[in-house]
Amino acid sequence: MRIDCKGLYYRKQNKMIRDFANDGETEFILDNANGQRYIGGGIEKKIKITVNGVPGNDLAMFMNGPTIIVNANAQDGVANTMNAGEVIVHGSAGDVLGYGMRGGKLYIKGNVGYRTGIHAKEYKKQVPVIIAGGIAGDFCGEYMAGGILVLLGLNRDEGTPIAGDYLGTGMHGGVIYLRGGVDESRIGAEVSVLEPDAKDMKLLKKYLAEFCGHFGFDLEEVMSEPFVKLLPVSSRPYGDLYAY
Amino acid sequence: MRRNCYIPSGCSISGMMSESGKRLDGNAIIRSIALMHDRGNGLGGGFAAYGIYPWHSDQYAFHMMFDDMDAKERCEEHFKDRFEIVFDEEMPTRPGGVFEEETSGRHGDFGGQPIIDPPILWRYFMDVPEERMRFVSEREYVVEEVMEINSKVDGAFVASSGKNMGAFKGVGYPEDLGVFYKLGEYKAYIWTAHGRFPTNTPGWWGGAHPFCLLDWSIVHNGEISSYGINKRYLEPFGYRLELRTDTEVVAYLFDLLVRRHKMPIELAAKALASPFWKDIDRMPERERRIATAIRQVYGGALLNGPFSIILGHSRGMVGFNDRIKLRPMTCAKKDDMLYMASEESGIREIAPDLDLVWSPRAGTPVVGVLEEGVE
Repeated sequence: MRIDCKGLYYRKQNKMIRDFANDGETEFILDNANGQRYIGGGIEKKIKITVNGVPGNDLAMFMNGPTIIVNANAQDGVANTMNAGEVIVHGSAGDVLGYGMRGGKLYIKGNVGYRTGIHAKEYKKQVPVIIAGGIAGDFCGEYMAGGILVLLGLNRDEGTPIAGDYLGTGMHGGVIYLRGGVDESRIGAEVSVLEPDAKDMKLLKKYLAEFCGHFGFDLEEVMSEPFVKLLPVSSRPYGDLYAY
Repeated sequence: MRRNCYIPSGCSISGMMSESGKRLDGNAIIRSIALMHDRGNGLGGGFAAYGIYPWHSDQYAFHMMFDDMDAKERCEEHFKDRFEIVFDEEMPTRPGGVFEEETSGRHGDFGGQPIIDPPILWRYFMDVPEERMRFVSEREYVVEEVMEINSKVDGAFVASSGKNMGAFKGVGYPEDLGVFYKLGEYKAYIWTAHGRFPTNTPGWWGGAHPFCLLDWSIVHNGEISSYGINKRYLEPFGYRLELRTDTEVVAYLFDLLVRRHKMPIELAAKALASPFWKDIDRMPERERRIATAIRQVYGGALLNGPFSIILGHSRGMVGFNDRIKLRPMTCAKKDDMLYMASEESGIREIAPDLDLVWSPRAGTPVVGVLEEGVE
């Protein structure tokens, strides 16, 4: 169903989506959306929501199943503590993306802000995936405890680093892949830079194929540059911090 | 009493400026800040507007708040010998004013809060008498007087004291205050706005944002953790910090660094949100020496803690973040308009089609400059 969201108060809009989803509606198109918070928040059904306009903060927060497509930029707090489902943003996104994310996929065509994927975690088969086509701000993957985070750095100006400062600081689980290498002075002391092996590349190819499919990038071209892989040195980097 | 206590976020800020000096009414900035309603909690809101008093542009426009008529009399007694009052009047207001439109971020059932019980609000357009400027410059004199009133005249507070500009602030949600102050009837080439969520200082009329001194105005989302250090740094220069809110220091720091020390605004922003030593060490020789000197000389002006700030002044608007970007800021351009807001949707609400949208990097000021010749 289509909902004209022009000036529609976010609580009314989100209640409409929940109520109609409970009645069996599976597809929602939100036209003229602007600033409505918590879209898809906490929804456990396999519905699809297309957002035409800029969604408000905490898009897909606690989401557990739906697919959300955003045909604009997204703001801060996308996929906060998200558990399952997919968020596809045809633009750039703001700060604290995928904070504490526990599962599902978050695909951003453009750049991502500060603190992407911080505190992301995984459990057995429940592994969150975050891929950004552009660059990231500082503190990317800080305190990451699990999950897969990929930065492609496509379409950036010459000399612009793929990620900001403090990349992977305090990281103790999960993996970060960066297309085309990284300035090692910008990464946290808790990670080491490695060359991806065949298993890594297979995994990357699987997710990047999906990513390129969504945004029309050429997979071969994306895969043509070498990647580097960031892994935590220890699973308990601060285990001795207060213990000496 | 307030009914809704479910509010999850920090403050909101928004700013808009016409670089060519087109003067726009206050309805757009009200809509922008109303969209971000949930970032505040109704304990403060306000606006700064530049270009609103063209018929009194040579006088200092004092927007005053008085606890009662006695305070007003005390203050006017104080003004009498110190200024020439060209014109004064009660601020036009709409008591019980409330923003009635429904938007995606605000709905009457979840936030309508009519503005009631304001202090006495009065504005004075004043000249500085010639003989008062024998030993100090005009602007220095006005600053001293603002400090004097705020600290010595019981029950009187200066909301703003610049030329051809003014602050409109109080306790309530900003969009309701915008209706209360009838901002739709003013025209300005720069508007800034603030919705407040006070965390560790009281919500009172004088403590709402913007904070103004001369033509400086500051709206701020965040917290100045270095308030104590900044306060001690400012006091020997004659600033008296009386408004019980951390943001006050930012207005005075810009006054000190830019007006008195004549630093370019970009450099002043670098003193307030200076690069880390580890990054300074990696700079080329010349830049490194400048950055080192600034940190050494202006250590007491360094702002610590999370913030995104919009500074307004008579020639432009500047937005900047703390050094590790603990508060959000999005900027956008459309033709001659420059926008800054806590959320992109706050800009899209009033300008759906934008030429350029970006989030500035931490500590990097975005500087909007009014074209030459705009009065």
